[in-house]
Amino acid sequence: MPVIDVQHDLDKLTLTLVADFAAPVERIWQVYADPRQLEKVWGPPTYPATVVDHDLRPGGRVNYFMTGPEGDKHAGYWIVTAVDEPTSFAFEDGFADLDFTPNRQLPVSQNVYTFTAHDGGTRATYVGAYESAEQLQQVLDMGVVEGASLAINQIDALIAA
Amino acid sequence: MTERSEDQADAFFHALADRTRRDIMRRVLAGQHSVSALAAKYDMSFAAVQKHVAVLEKAGLLTKLRSGREQLVSGDVQAVRSVASLLAELEQVWRGRIARIDELIASDPVRED
Repeated sequence: MPVIDVQHDLDKLTLTLVADFAAPVERIWQVYADPRQLEKVWGPPTYPATVVDHDLRPGGRVNYFMTGPEGDKHAGYWIVTAVDEPTSFAFEDGFADLDFTPNRQLPVSQNVYTFTAHDGGTRATYVGAYESAEQLQQVLDMGVVEGASLAINQIDALIAA
Repeated sequence: MTERSEDQADAFFHALADRTRRDIMRRVLAGQHSVSALAAKYDMSFAAVQKHVAVLEKAGLLTKLRSGREQLVSGDVQAVRSVASLLAELEQVWRGRIARIDELIASDPVRED
């Protein structure tokens, strides 16, 4: 089971997950650096992601949409704020209109992903922070997470483990 | 995390680590249901459905109200939407992504080290 630690900071509205992968840091970096691989992992099978634009450089944008079971589309964007290939990158993650204009009415999270070599594999640390509980609630009410309850189904085994 | 929120998270995950219970939550968040109406939706005994409802109630995810002969069940939106559970839900999304990365790299051709 790859996830080894989870921290919920209820005051800072921050979620931290630490996972160990059986592959070198460069391989995990590739998952994020290659839009075709990123879209394989970003959305759950029921809400597959399509990455339309992908520029993983400081100031760069990643635009994607997820397609729901009814053909409904939900767009999101990243604004990449820092990159230290292959060990870390930071980005703002938000919702967008279908033309990828960021929707500023909707919540935005600040994320930092870090990858370090560990025991012949990679230890990945994912940190995401929201500004308010209302924002967090909105996120979960919206697209990203329409997939959430579905994603829950998919990972029954993980929870049960 | 505090001890209390750890306990809450445990109860929350246990309650939701079951397909039927998640399905019950979806229904009772959308509106009040009697336990017998819920039981009619599943291919299992009334007692089994009642047990699922009890687990969800214990986790604070729904409330039961007696109305004559019926027990009416409502999802507690507040509880489901507490910050702790919001983060827990988000955690599930992230866990899904991590599991998919794990699958993706597992499908790589074997490397020669």
